[in-house]
Amino acid sequence: MEVNRRQFLKSIGLFTILGIGGWSAFELLVPGQIEAQYARKKEALRAKRWAMVIDMTKMDEETAKRCIEACRRIHNIPDFYHPVDPKYKVDPKKARRWEIKWIWLEPFEHAFPDLEEKFMPESLKEKLFVVLCNNCDNPPCVRVCPTKATWKREDGIVMIDFHRCIGCRFCMAACPFGSRSFNWGDPRPYVNYRNPEFPTREKGVVEKCNFCAERIDKGLLPACVEASNGAMTFGDILDPNSEVRRLLREHYTIRRKPHLGTEPQVYYIIM
Amino acid sequence: MYDGGKVIIGLIVLFIICTFPFFYNMGRAAKVPEPKLDTPAIKKLPEWERVCVQPTPWMRANHMRLLDHWRNWALREANREYIGFNGKRYTISLQNTCLNCHSNYDKFCNECHSYMGIKPYCWGCHLQKPKEWAKGELKEGR
Repeated sequence: MEVNRRQFLKSIGLFTILGIGGWSAFELLVPGQIEAQYARKKEALRAKRWAMVIDMTKMDEETAKRCIEACRRIHNIPDFYHPVDPKYKVDPKKARRWEIKWIWLEPFEHAFPDLEEKFMPESLKEKLFVVLCNNCDNPPCVRVCPTKATWKREDGIVMIDFHRCIGCRFCMAACPFGSRSFNWGDPRPYVNYRNPEFPTREKGVVEKCNFCAERIDKGLLPACVEASNGAMTFGDILDPNSEVRRLLREHYTIRRKPHLGTEPQVYYIIM
Repeated sequence: MYDGGKVIIGLIVLFIICTFPFFYNMGRAAKVPEPKLDTPAIKKLPEWERVCVQPTPWMRANHMRLLDHWRNWALREANREYIGFNGKRYTISLQNTCLNCHSNYDKFCNECHSYMGIKPYCWGCHLQKPKEWAKGELKEGR
């Protein structure tokens, strides 16, 4: 069969119309309606870059303990000093070595070693600071992970996929804040309050604070922020009208080890 | 043939050794798994709503692949909502969605897994629902 120039051009035109009117047209008009099997929840909180401001003038020790306890219960964090069953008792030295830290207390000279001065207000020097994963903008832990088990989410949260973690602990060596902990043993016998909505971890994976990513995706604020009575503020740091930005505008804030260039995203109001 | 008798006896012994497992297990076929779905959460649903996120035959063959996708969508892309084959929306979560209905570990999950001789370690982290849930003694929604 011979095809002349006219017939050829006609058939090309026909196929073009078919192409535009078919699947791709649907994609243009109502994107994601045909193929998508998954979606973000409608109630999920959204931000360009999540950040946290901790007001240490409002954060007394009692409030801090309440925040830490809230985190512990929600994320099934083991407490090796208090096993569920006495037969799993470990000696305090080991319990300290095995400790899992998501959010914890640290004296000023440990939290801000580069800011320690010879003569400092005692109120500051003796104060215990609430520290947690800074969810850095330039996270060194992510760079060293050989399996991509840890990565930075689009909204800036540094996540861990426990399924993928091989327990090499490179990330723990890379983190300058000691925010990551390793599961040296099965944590389950030491999880006193089991939250049935969150998994526990297994022996051999690294874990840390995840800015409550699972709660943000459900439209809830992080557990510690909720328990802090306003001492902690969570929001979008790239939104100039956010509460976080307002606090940063009105107060002088410090960050942990900013000179290392990891761009930590937890800010402290100290006075 | 030199030592023909010995060779033949050796061959017979070898044959017996190799086929011993088959003779030993003859007539003792492993029980075909019959996963049970009668958990309180499923019983509560009306008959016509007793469907999973995808049709049963598909789930039987592909649930592990689905869970693999679910993990990546939820964790890496923050997309925690799944649109099922009938348009119904589900929260992407093994522990909070799947195990809510399929709370009977022994009679649902393990029934087939042990028949197939595989040992998935999902439950090393994802908490099983308490045993009482499977029996219907404990109320849901604590």
